Amino acid sequence: MAIREEGLALGPAESELPVLGKLHEWVVTVDHKRLGLMYIGGGLVFFLVAGLQAATIRLQLAMPDSRIVPPEVFNRLMTMHGTAMVFLVGMPILTGFFNYLVPLMIGTRDLAFPRLNAFGFWLWAFGSILLYFSYIGGDGLYGAGSAPDVGWFAYAPLTERAFSRGSSTDYWILSIFLTTVGSTATAVNLIATIFCMRCKGMTLGKMPVFVWLALVVSFMMLVALPPLSAAQVMLLLDRFLGAHFFDTQAGGSAVLWQHFFWIFGHPEVYILVLPAFAFANEIIPVFSRKVIFGYQVMVVASCAIAFISLGVWAHHMFAVGMTPAGNAFFATSTMLVAVPTGIKIFNWIGTMWGGKIRFRVPMLFSLAFLFQFLVAGLTGVMMAVVPFDWQLTDTYFVVAHFHYVLIGAIVFMIFAAIYYWFPKATGRMLDEKLGKWHFWLFLIGFHMTFDTLHFAGLEGMPRRIYTYQPGRGLDTLNLIASIGVIFQAAGVLIYLINVIHSLRSGEIAGSDPWDAWTLEWATTSPPPEYNFAVAPEVRSRRPLWDLKHPDDPDWKYE
Amino acid sequence: MTSTSAANASPENWSLPEKGRVGILGLILTESAFFSIFVAAYIFYIGKSATGPYPSEVLSPPILNTICLLSSSVTIVFAVRALRAGRRGVFAMLWLVTFLLGLEFILGTALEWRHLIYQEALTIRTNLFGTTFYSLVGLHALHVTIGLILMGLVLALTLTGHVKSEHAERTEILSWYWHFVDAVWVVVFLTVYVVGR
Amino acid sequence: MADANSKIERGGVFSPVSTPAHDIQTVALFVLAIAGAIFVIVAGLLLFAAVRYRARAGDDAQEPAQVYGSNPIEFAWTVVPILIVFVLILVTARTIYSVQAAAKPSGAINVTVIGHQWWWEIRYPDLGIVTANELHVPVSDKRGSTPTFLRLESADVAHSFWVPRLAGKTDLIPNKHNDMWIEPHKAGTYLGQCAEFCGTEHALMLIRVVVHPPDEWQRWVAAQQQSASADTSVARGRQVMESNACVNCHVVRGTNANGRFGPDLTHLMSRGTIGAGAATNTLEHLKTWVEDPSVIKPGALMPAMNLRQEDLNDVVAYLATLR
Repeated sequence: MAIREEGLALGPAESELPVLGKLHEWVVTVDHKRLGLMYIGGGLVFFLVAGLQAATIRLQLAMPDSRIVPPEVFNRLMTMHGTAMVFLVGMPILTGFFNYLVPLMIGTRDLAFPRLNAFGFWLWAFGSILLYFSYIGGDGLYGAGSAPDVGWFAYAPLTERAFSRGSSTDYWILSIFLTTVGSTATAVNLIATIFCMRCKGMTLGKMPVFVWLALVVSFMMLVALPPLSAAQVMLLLDRFLGAHFFDTQAGGSAVLWQHFFWIFGHPEVYILVLPAFAFANEIIPVFSRKVIFGYQVMVVASCAIAFISLGVWAHHMFAVGMTPAGNAFFATSTMLVAVPTGIKIFNWIGTMWGGKIRFRVPMLFSLAFLFQFLVAGLTGVMMAVVPFDWQLTDTYFVVAHFHYVLIGAIVFMIFAAIYYWFPKATGRMLDEKLGKWHFWLFLIGFHMTFDTLHFAGLEGMPRRIYTYQPGRGLDTLNLIASIGVIFQAAGVLIYLINVIHSLRSGEIAGSDPWDAWTLEWATTSPPPEYNFAVAPEVRSRRPLWDLKHPDDPDWKYE
Repeated sequence: MTSTSAANASPENWSLPEKGRVGILGLILTESAFFSIFVAAYIFYIGKSATGPYPSEVLSPPILNTICLLSSSVTIVFAVRALRAGRRGVFAMLWLVTFLLGLEFILGTALEWRHLIYQEALTIRTNLFGTTFYSLVGLHALHVTIGLILMGLVLALTLTGHVKSEHAERTEILSWYWHFVDAVWVVVFLTVYVVGR
Repeated sequence: MADANSKIERGGVFSPVSTPAHDIQTVALFVLAIAGAIFVIVAGLLLFAAVRYRARAGDDAQEPAQVYGSNPIEFAWTVVPILIVFVLILVTARTIYSVQAAAKPSGAINVTVIGHQWWWEIRYPDLGIVTANELHVPVSDKRGSTPTFLRLESADVAHSFWVPRLAGKTDLIPNKHNDMWIEPHKAGTYLGQCAEFCGTEHALMLIRVVVHPPDEWQRWVAAQQQSASADTSVARGRQVMESNACVNCHVVRGTNANGRFGPDLTHLMSRGTIGAGAATNTLEHLKTWVEDPSVIKPGALMPAMNLRQEDLNDVVAYLATLR
């Protein structure tokens, strides 16, 4: 479907082996749309893999005293599940969406540095394969290699040579280092694109909020990813050159690793959730038939969240033994970041208020997102109350909280975004009926699992345990949580069927199936390689609204 | 194109910043964050080494290296200006001087390390000072080396006649990277040889 | 005597029996109430909007009125959350200080807990007692006020001490020491476990806190302060222990077993479990453990002792006398 430029010579190989030719095109592409789809596709593959790992965890924990998998295997499962979901699923899918949509939304042809874009993708691809390669390639000196088993945050000194023999930790370090460099490259690319390539008339104040969030997330990546890479380099120096950064036996500090990790780790979770907000900012207005309520505040709140989130990291460390003043400081900053976050929820409700809401599948996922993100935010505020956190931290309450954010907010919005933009990328609609089945099954399963896990934490169940004893009040809760997995899996299965079926015989979408207002809907579905035949010129935040309502354009009111 | 405020509203005088400059600034931002963590670790571990050698015993401020490196930031500015004005011969000479000053820094650092390792028995595994010193100074030296490689590439292209005044913008961007490396050295120098000693 | 095999008192965060846990519950209920109220209001508005403003079939195709924002409304819903946050911060700070900065009364019991992979070393420096995996403390009531102050250290990696009915958790970090305290008002046995992932058998690093009434407490202390019983009928077993590698890792006071890597076995049989809760302390389990700990707790750092059956039986018979 890509329109070939004139004069592009067709080598004989391409016409003789069309499949190879197509594959070659994808491998050498620098087109942001293809790279975006590759990121999303790759991320979804790992979503299934890490999801199966989670299902195995829940299978083990469904009953007490279970030994379906031995402790070593379980510890690898939980480490790989967490690491993969953050770096191999969340990051690529979300940056994949930015990759695909930002140039389209700002009316330009590609990202600022297309080859850097491709480089970032292949770095990610290599790093992601390297992580899973550890399962087969990791036989270190003591035969204790294999996949990393130190938890996704790899606390020191458990990760030092003395306690982690073999190369499993090294796989964790190196694979994630690579994917992180790739993400950083994408962030630089997005910032340069957004500052330097907007179409005429699109000042920063006229960009869709989606693009603002891409800008904010990119800045956060530039500042928050390096601390992780730095700490990983330090750990590598400890493990290979005998350095003592986190070597407590030689005076090093275990807490220092925690600080460095969470200086990355907390902004990282905002890097993951802000794109979910970006999706919501486009989808909710379109399906409510109203302009976003409070554009300026939404932008300012996003910037505020990014900025404040750089100063809350030690709320992951309330049990570590910081001073009362230190604890109080981080409690304060954490509660403060809840304010702009809460404001966004109110603005979304304000957008829906007085609208004519259409409950198509993207909107169903968005509604669930709003409820679930509200709950996740509230449990987060609960944990900012330090003494309460002393009970809750490192228990299944936290696990429930962050899965409420990661799945309840982020995955739900990823599904919403897929249903919303799939027509643009492929030219076909996803099936609405299958979509609704997907939604309801996934919703039910999600709540069965994660609502109950809050109570398991309150009842005394810590994180990362491969089994628990009967008679502690944990049996029923864990069983229900595990059954929820079946429903979630069913939902995902139906989604996969939907995708495969719709790619072949979905309803033709046309350029603007949802009657939306941003520039990506002004070109064909899928867009040609160059995106726009004529560079657009805009006068407001909703250029297509202006075209559809020439008597009542946005620029009169903005 | 000069970079102007991106808030230009009317399509008639629509101008946006240069993407090369924004790109290199992004790189500088992220590298600054990266270096900050090593500086933080260095400061955290000041005075915490259980055994020697200690900084005050073995460190002496590398004045010559510093003068060379910081001067190279001046020569590179003049080099780029010369290229913009089309004076390719002057550019080549100034670029070469910049390169040599940077090279002196690396060689001087290597000599300092040789002394520390062989005469003072300080390695990365000796104590916390050794760990943080070699990693921070080494990270910076690595960035200087990368800069030298890139400058060497430009030098080779210049000497074979490929670099012209229309490439001045690209050399400008490379010079920003070089200024960043020098600015980091100021921070590293103060942290290691002044505060930490 | 409330022995460690007695029924564990079940319950979690909302069944406090000790002052810190009580203080936490109070602040937790307050926060939950506020969060609950916010949820009801906001979710209610959301539900209302979704229902009231849904597009109806046969609706005209006209778009609804476009509202770009509203300064007064946005101001209000910024200020109210800030006020709520302000109140929460004050309440939080107060409880932080009351727990973390509590003064230690003179009658406090001092305990040092050292975390190991995957067991708890428990030392009473003032009483000359060393034990493992069970923390025995006296009940503390208003009259006596005998809280227990714990100093937390680690011999290897990071661990975390968590008994939810007694207090919040505090980490055991190598090369750092932390302090916490408990003040239980009700006798009984309370279960907790390590709450910081510490390696293979993190899941089986349980801790039992046995809270004694005052006279029971005195008896426990006196018994623990004794050296190991020297029952001559098991002399052969004692000899097996003393001539094997056991002495390199374990202490049995009164013998030449003087190793510090593993738990103190002087009063092994006074404890309800072995392997930090991995199995109940029966002769059967003890024999399996000594023969090959990895059968009960795979990855445990104690190696299989590879004793001959006769030696194994004798040494287990000896261990059985260490009450």
